[in-house]
Amino acid sequence: MVSGMSAKHQELHEPSVVVRFAGDSGDGVQLMGTQFVSSTALAGSDFATFPDYPAEIRAPAGTTFGVSAYQINLGAGPITTAGDAPQMLVAFNPAALKVSLPLIADGAAIIVNTTSFTRRGLSKAGYDEDPRSDGSLDGYQLIEVDITRLTLETVKPFGLSKSDAGRCKNFWALGLVQWMFGLDLDAIERWINTKFASKESVREANLAALHAGNAYGETAALAAAVPQLDVRKAKFEPGEYRGVRGGEALSLGLAAAGELADRPIVFCSYPITPASPLLHQLARLGKLGVGVFQAEDEIAAVCAAIGASFGGAIGVTSSSGPGIALKTEAIGLAINAELPLLIIDSQRGGPSTGLPTKTEQSDLYQAVYGRNADAPVPVVAARSPSDCFDVAIEAARIALRHMTPVFVMTDGYLANAAEPWLIPDMDTYEPIEVNTLAKKPADDVQTAVFERHPKTFGRPWVSPGMPNLMHRIGGLEKDIHTGHISYEAENHQAMSQLRADKVQSVANFIPEQGVEVGPSEGAVAVVGWGSTYGALYQAVRRVARINDRVSHIHIRHINPFPPNLGELLGGFDRIIVPEMNMGQLATLLRDKLGVETVQFNKVTGQPFLIQEVIDFVLDQLADVTGEESRPRIVHGEPT
Amino acid sequence: MSASLTAKDYTTSQEVRWCPGCGDYAILKTMTRVLADVGAERENTVFISGIGCSSRFPYYVETYGFHTIHGRAPAVATGLKLANPELDIWVVTGDGDGLSIGANHLLHALRRNISLKILLFNNEIYGLTKGQYSPTSRIGTRSPSSPGGSFDAPVSPGLYALGSGARFIARAIDVDRTGLAGVLEAAHGYDGGAFVEIFQNCIVYNEDVFESFAGREHAAERQLHVRHGEPLVFGAGDSKGLRFDTGKMALELIDARERADEVLVHDETNATLAQLLLAMEAPEMPVALGVIYRVEDETFEAAFYDNHPTGFKRTGKVADALRNTNTWTVE
Repeated sequence: MVSGMSAKHQELHEPSVVVRFAGDSGDGVQLMGTQFVSSTALAGSDFATFPDYPAEIRAPAGTTFGVSAYQINLGAGPITTAGDAPQMLVAFNPAALKVSLPLIADGAAIIVNTTSFTRRGLSKAGYDEDPRSDGSLDGYQLIEVDITRLTLETVKPFGLSKSDAGRCKNFWALGLVQWMFGLDLDAIERWINTKFASKESVREANLAALHAGNAYGETAALAAAVPQLDVRKAKFEPGEYRGVRGGEALSLGLAAAGELADRPIVFCSYPITPASPLLHQLARLGKLGVGVFQAEDEIAAVCAAIGASFGGAIGVTSSSGPGIALKTEAIGLAINAELPLLIIDSQRGGPSTGLPTKTEQSDLYQAVYGRNADAPVPVVAARSPSDCFDVAIEAARIALRHMTPVFVMTDGYLANAAEPWLIPDMDTYEPIEVNTLAKKPADDVQTAVFERHPKTFGRPWVSPGMPNLMHRIGGLEKDIHTGHISYEAENHQAMSQLRADKVQSVANFIPEQGVEVGPSEGAVAVVGWGSTYGALYQAVRRVARINDRVSHIHIRHINPFPPNLGELLGGFDRIIVPEMNMGQLATLLRDKLGVETVQFNKVTGQPFLIQEVIDFVLDQLADVTGEESRPRIVHGEPT
Repeated sequence: MSASLTAKDYTTSQEVRWCPGCGDYAILKTMTRVLADVGAERENTVFISGIGCSSRFPYYVETYGFHTIHGRAPAVATGLKLANPELDIWVVTGDGDGLSIGANHLLHALRRNISLKILLFNNEIYGLTKGQYSPTSRIGTRSPSSPGGSFDAPVSPGLYALGSGARFIARAIDVDRTGLAGVLEAAHGYDGGAFVEIFQNCIVYNEDVFESFAGREHAAERQLHVRHGEPLVFGAGDSKGLRFDTGKMALELIDARERADEVLVHDETNATLAQLLLAMEAPEMPVALGVIYRVEDETFEAAFYDNHPTGFKRTGKVADALRNTNTWTVE
């Protein structure tokens, strides 16, 4: 226990270690992070990670806007966010130090690569004075290591070019970090051996750098300076695990949906940040019945997906906010034609081009309301990297059952964040039923093709190539019975009602809304959706230790809401809605359920910190209950 | 087998809603006749359209049909073709749909060489929105949105297609049943993406805009029906011909009887010749009709399936893919 920490404060704290690697885009920081994570996972820690990279591919070296970072939170868990304030920072250059310093915890250990702390390096980062000597690092544990120089010396025998030799410094630094955490090097060695199998000198140099960094930690002279950190093992449910990023889980979930429905997946997309990783992942899943079409633009992508769905495949399109906006008209076509379609929205900061690499939850209006005319669409949202798998399957199930487009909401954070994942058992998933038209209808084919299921309003999925079922579909309003073009007044009224009823009927097929943490009625409910799950869950779980009238409710089915949601929220004195937007779920709750909420809106492009949610919840609790339940909170106190 | 079907079997019960006298009627009639003639299997034939007068087409053909949104028919058709490459897919579009709002998709469909048979009904006007000038309207076209005459230069559909990388380009006149049927049959038989421009008369907003060469009295003198391997001659008794003026790098009109040995022979695989033929305008030159350009090339759908690791078949299991990474077991 940290001295001076109050008992109550201790209750709100959880032992975990947050580490941040930061450097130039070309320093290999992301690779260093992923390699570090794989060994912590093998060592039995729970973890969550978040890469934070610049929009520029190769920004000018040494500048603050070119800093690429990778943050890892590891410990006994449950770990559900990449952590608030890092207790350890590895900064490869002055710019990385400058950008990271405001984020890290007081007293954090900072390893700086002194080789890059030249006058030029400092000036590029905008430092007038060397921060190591002007007192700005007082209160931190500064560890100065000449990483680049030591790396170059280590790899000299392998005859690499100077730039190739310098590139080994991430493995040198990783070797040191591995020593600090008492992690072995086996998994990383295996990776290097495989990756550089055809480049012998590069392979040997990186292995040598890794070992040299590791040995450096052990050197007597430094044993005192370099802290060794003990990360506790997590209590995992027994089973087989892997690490997974949101983008990976989503791509596997889409492939699983295809397998469960026994239909091909045709994924049509146009590159856009931060949705592109999904395109890349799916391009590698051909064996699972996935075909990938890189279209000429966002509109072509959604239209091709609709064409594929017409053809009997599961058409999927994916984008981020600006691209989704372009797809809007076509989504209306899929609604009108009553075809299945999955639309994956990897949200980012906006409006317009906005903050392409930063995360936000600001496309909820767009998904729920953002089309011309009355054009309702079911919307589901993933809460964590691994949850993307189940959400993809669930979305496909809805799309095929009700013959409708379905939105899947994810975001830049989820797409790139990683966590351990108990590998799901595919045998536990129900097959996805497809609406069929068994035999040639006696009457008009067009009528039979639009004969809808009384409970789901889904029509049969009839595709070109099926004999004797030729029919025409389109974007014009059609007769509710015959499916032929109709401009009749009463018919449009009836069709508009049918489209609304169809989406509403989804509510009869989804689970009741549950409570993640806390009682099902009480003083304060923290209600969230999407990727804020980790921070909200942790915050409420910790506050719940000192107050049993606070709960966390996290909504997966956003349109329609689960039928019991209104009643559930009615059991709380106050509803708090933290969102990474200006209040979109709050609007929706007011609109659909008449629920008034207290908003907590964060639109900095960064995910919520657990601590700031705790602070907000405690203030609200105090306000509602009239009691001061708020302990003194010190931000980012190290364990 | 569909061999015994007649044009009537390809006609739906829907009442046709084009203006009386519209060129679209003639195209529809020839299309259904061609479908019968080539023995098209109705269940494997699809008509996909965008928005505009021409895009009503699918409602009237007894095959599968999809009336999509403005300009996007080639994109929808592309997705359908990838999902089921066995289908014969016709895309019906117009000068506004295909060359204005949807020009981008047209370009990409053509450069990919996906096997869509794209029929562009060119009437040089926006019909369904009541007569505004279109991207193919000639400079000076008076319309509700250009009362003083339009002043933006038009695009040539054929040259656009050629520039986009089309492997098959043909042209026909709506009411020329023989010429149109020949072109449609050739497009159907071609293994790849086909682009067909059909000069279509809008009787209400742009009547007789093609009269200078499409009119019966001008047909002989201003229509050049090209045939691969045959001399490029036209006019009464094939009296006129085209020669290549090497000095000007241009086509020149000559007397085909006096200078028969100088007359160019049509080579549908020659892109340079195609460009020269497509650029000819009446009345100074004849308008080239028929299959102007046709080369063999790999289709996009074939490449898509060939490049797919399993030919787009599901051969693996998700359960295995989930474990295709570092895993660890917690006891």
